[in-house]
Amino acid sequence: MAGLTAQGPIAPAPIAPGRTARRRALRDTPTRTLISSAQLNRPGGRIIYRIVLTLVIVVFTLVFIGPLYFLFSDGLKSTQEAIQVPPTIIPAHVHPSTYVTAWSRVGIGRLLFNTLYYAFGALALQLIFDVAAAYALSKLRPVLGNVIFLMMLATLMIPSTVLVVPQYLTVASLPILHLNLIGSPAAIWLPSVANAFNIFLLKRFFDSIPRELMEAATIDGASPLRTLRTIVLPMSRPILGVVSIFAVVAVWKDFLWPLLVEGGYNPSRETLNVGIWQAVSTTPQNIIIAASAIAALPTVVFFLIFQRNIMSGLTAGALKG
Amino acid sequence: MADTAVTVGKAQARPDSVRSLADSRFGRKVRRNVSAHGFLIGAVLCFAFFSWYPIVREIIMSFQKTQLGVTSWAGWKNYSRIFHDPTFWQAWRNTLEFTVLALIIGYAVPFFVAILLNELRHARGYLRVLVYLPVMLPPASALLLFAYFYDPSYGLFNRILAALHLPASQWVQASGTGTVTTAMISVVIAATWMNMGGATLIYLAALQNIPGELYEAAELDGAGVFKRIWHITVPQTKLILSMLLMLQVVATMQMFVEAFILTNGGSGTTVISVVNLIYQYAFALSGASNYNSASALGVVLMLVLAIFSGGYLWLSRDRD
Repeated sequence: MAGLTAQGPIAPAPIAPGRTARRRALRDTPTRTLISSAQLNRPGGRIIYRIVLTLVIVVFTLVFIGPLYFLFSDGLKSTQEAIQVPPTIIPAHVHPSTYVTAWSRVGIGRLLFNTLYYAFGALALQLIFDVAAAYALSKLRPVLGNVIFLMMLATLMIPSTVLVVPQYLTVASLPILHLNLIGSPAAIWLPSVANAFNIFLLKRFFDSIPRELMEAATIDGASPLRTLRTIVLPMSRPILGVVSIFAVVAVWKDFLWPLLVEGGYNPSRETLNVGIWQAVSTTPQNIIIAASAIAALPTVVFFLIFQRNIMSGLTAGALKG
Repeated sequence: MADTAVTVGKAQARPDSVRSLADSRFGRKVRRNVSAHGFLIGAVLCFAFFSWYPIVREIIMSFQKTQLGVTSWAGWKNYSRIFHDPTFWQAWRNTLEFTVLALIIGYAVPFFVAILLNELRHARGYLRVLVYLPVMLPPASALLLFAYFYDPSYGLFNRILAALHLPASQWVQASGTGTVTTAMISVVIAATWMNMGGATLIYLAALQNIPGELYEAAELDGAGVFKRIWHITVPQTKLILSMLLMLQVVATMQMFVEAFILTNGGSGTTVISVVNLIYQYAFALSGASNYNSASALGVVLMLVLAIFSGGYLWLSRDRD
């Protein structure tokens, strides 16, 4: 992982049972921070540290896991109990059938499939076109390449939400081609390729690949495409991972754009976010919460599995960006 | 030929053998450029259709009007119409208020959380995962959950207030016209919960790059914890702090989904944001959708954001 070494979660210090644990000095963090370990290891410092640590763990668990507990448990309530005053903390009667109802009534399966279809389609197109563009800008350096790159970067200053109206009208009738993309996956896929930040990240990474490698390949008669495939891409796995996560998460979290371009096609072409929101006005509260829980589950699981890559990718992308 | 070449310039005064070499080099250059532009074409087309063209089109549309399918020049009429719309000012006030609140809450909280987490020697991985978990949730899930918590009658938050013997609140449904309304704060709380993970992790990474000797030296000089934060942590992370400040202001000025879902489709104007209003102008007023007014509002927002980020770039260049 050249240049992107994962800042993996620092393993908690092993806590042996009994008194030995209390005697063991607190280990230092890799670098010295605000408060030195020596200070924390003094008797008073140690008690304060323990209190603060416990408080932080309890408060953070309540604040960040608490709402998720209700997200998953309130979906188990009956419709009456879900809107009962005052609300119950633990469901009095557990109705797992709410989840089944939510699945079929809101059409979660279909929405989930759509969202993944859009997300991975956008990912594939971005990996093809953005990688090719960044490679051309970084290594092939065509005439006007710098102008094109600057024009791409300029779009970072004008966020896409500001442009929803002309973008929507453009997608509804593509200039020159006169195609209407509304309701088709391309309405999400193609605009996602115009992602200056990903091209910027990719180009900067490609810039760090030594020129000599490329020149050697060219002398050996390799075409630019072959050089990209056999030399550049195998070296670029870390940045490809970062860009992939950004691409998928962007589609997964988007709301306004899919609402506009896929919104009228309930639920056959909608995304999870849009589909659940559309169902709110006609669906009881407990079913909405159950549907939200089902929608949240894949990301929670996905995040817990790939948390190290996702979090290190985020900080790497941002700190060097 | 040699005579004319001398008068025209050195470049053409080459023997034929050199010229043919130059031609072939030129040919190679053309071929290299064609293949390079071949690699670029997909992305460039997408930018042209979905980014560059819409920018130009938005500006043009903001000066046009469309009546019965006929588009004609409207001058500044769209702008004067939106400037006379009271909702326009309400939306801007809300957006600025939201930005300021999001800065106070959503900007400061992650910084102090990061400082705190950086001091802990245990459970660091667990706490980082916790803070970042909400960022991964689909926004509709998180916001519908908050809408449920915020419900004035059966919501969890009023139950918590009751348990603490505090008066119940109307949360997002609170009506009010003061400077900082309960409704606005409710939106900011939900938005902060959803989004603070990203900023926290970035600060954490920045904190880990601060050389430890600085803290040691300050400690030897007798600087307390808060002095150390102010004189070492803040200056050392200044670059990241100011970059995130700009990104966060730009992001909060475009706030849409939070107000949209929490107020059930942007009904009412208590928490309406500028992007919510663009949406209303363009898509929500059934039958009378007005893309031109929406474009004018879009141009105003674009200008404000451009002035802001331009000012940021100018200031940060000045400092170097």
